Amino acid sequence: MKTGKSRLLSRSLRITAITYLVVMLVLPLLALFSDSLSEGIVSFWKNMSQPVALHALKLTLITASVMAVVNAIMGTITAYVLTRYSFFGKSLLSSLVDIPFAIPTLVTGVMLVILYGPNGVVGTWLKEVFNLQVVFAPTGILLALLFVGLPYVVRSVQPVLHEVDVDQEEAASTMGASTWLTFRRVLFPALRPAILSGTLLSFARALGEFGSVVVVAGNIPMYSQTASVYIMGEIESQNQVAASSMSVVLLTLSFATILFVDWYTRDKSLEAGEVPEVAEV
Amino acid sequence: MAEKKLFSFSEKGAKLRVVLISVVVLYIGVLVVAPLSALVRAVLLSDVGSLGKVLLQPDVFYAFGLTLALALAAVVLNTFFGLIVAWVMVRHHFPGKKFLNGLIDLPFAVSPVVVGYVLFLLFGRDGWFGSLDNWIGIPILFSWPSMLAATVFVSLPFVIREVMPVLQEIGTDQDQASYTLGANQWQTFWRVLLPSIRWGLLYGMTLTFARSLGEFGAVFVVSGAITQQTETATLFIYRSVEEREYLAGYSVALILAGLSFCILFLIEYLKKKEEKRLTHGH
Repeated sequence: MKTGKSRLLSRSLRITAITYLVVMLVLPLLALFSDSLSEGIVSFWKNMSQPVALHALKLTLITASVMAVVNAIMGTITAYVLTRYSFFGKSLLSSLVDIPFAIPTLVTGVMLVILYGPNGVVGTWLKEVFNLQVVFAPTGILLALLFVGLPYVVRSVQPVLHEVDVDQEEAASTMGASTWLTFRRVLFPALRPAILSGTLLSFARALGEFGSVVVVAGNIPMYSQTASVYIMGEIESQNQVAASSMSVVLLTLSFATILFVDWYTRDKSLEAGEVPEVAEV
Repeated sequence: MAEKKLFSFSEKGAKLRVVLISVVVLYIGVLVVAPLSALVRAVLLSDVGSLGKVLLQPDVFYAFGLTLALALAAVVLNTFFGLIVAWVMVRHHFPGKKFLNGLIDLPFAVSPVVVGYVLFLLFGRDGWFGSLDNWIGIPILFSWPSMLAATVFVSLPFVIREVMPVLQEIGTDQDQASYTLGANQWQTFWRVLLPSIRWGLLYGMTLTFARSLGEFGAVFVVSGAITQQTETATLFIYRSVEEREYLAGYSVALILAGLSFCILFLIEYLKKKEEKRLTHGH
């Protein structure tokens, strides 16, 4: 039986928790949405349909999507190699996959500029031989996003791969199925939810990425300026409505993605009767 | 015949194995190892004298001090409130709980620039809390309070998300037993609850710390990046690179990366402990 004292404690804990979340999460959201609409929906649209804003949004969506596709394929292969094979240096390789979670994104950007920049070893070589400019161009943004997104798919697929029986694959193979057929019919259906959720999480993360992109991209409007860097520029030039409008669009896109993943994995885990691990950060 | 087929299968499997491992090693080599080595090489190629001169600047000490202070404060705040939130989310039922629970992931989704900008809106002159700095007598924007708020926001979910599943798993039996044995709530918390969530909590705290150390975008917007006042380690790196003080920027970046590595290893150690606890418990 609860005593009066413990009921008081329990109530104050609840009030503390709710107040904390409302102050930290709900209030900022409300402030942003109300500011973006403070001059009406018309000015919101006018801001978002300006060529510079549109281009920044388009570039963000394209680079994040390309990263997501590459990341889905390479992440699945990496997870497969890390769970199914044993080889020299495997645990080192596994630690390397987690590095992007640990390294500050600004440092990521700096590293990429050192290597692929105009003074970098690889950067000069690529420029001379292939006439390919990596840094201060959309390619650099893609590279930064690939680095930042690397762990998401690997870490979400790995635990599922662990649970899929190797026997199933071997049975399929001995029955004469080609490797590709085995993957498509046996492995892929089991991995699909994990691949999708890892990919979408990395996509949501990539939409808002700032630290690495601001160093690598060169931030040329209409060419290599992403949405988050656009917002930064509008804050600096005190163009509040433009900054708010783009912020709302960016936030809605990435939060919707995260909520979808949340709903999707919860649904699937209920079906399977287990909780799949979802990579965080 | 069957033997032959089996043989050709394993040969094909071996070939595939070599191809896949090479592809992955190459991918991670180009994406992660090469840039990291480039940073290490850039710092190591400089002579020791100029490296020492660059690193012994008071700006560098100040920046690291501020970064550590902000990260530690964020860990303390997010641990305290995170524990309460996790507890309430798991054990209490109230209207709107699902909504709040979904919102906890918001900081994972928001661009750091947007976080900084929202603080700007809230505490700016025309903002909802625009006059708060007059009330409490210290500036909020371009000063540590807004930088702390930004850091706490971006690292808010970690402790909550690590502790919640553990709390869910251990259920209420243990604390009921503890109450029946006459322990009060405080004793129950320290003696029963804390030991069982220990590794999950530490894991969450470490993730909070790591995320706070590396925060750049949000702090960049609210701090004004004033040297020796509001300049954190990441802001120092950014200024150095912009001002073409490459050695200073690169060496601080290397130190920050090294620090992050140590934390990464700590995280992996804690994760193993946590996994051991889980398998042991079953």
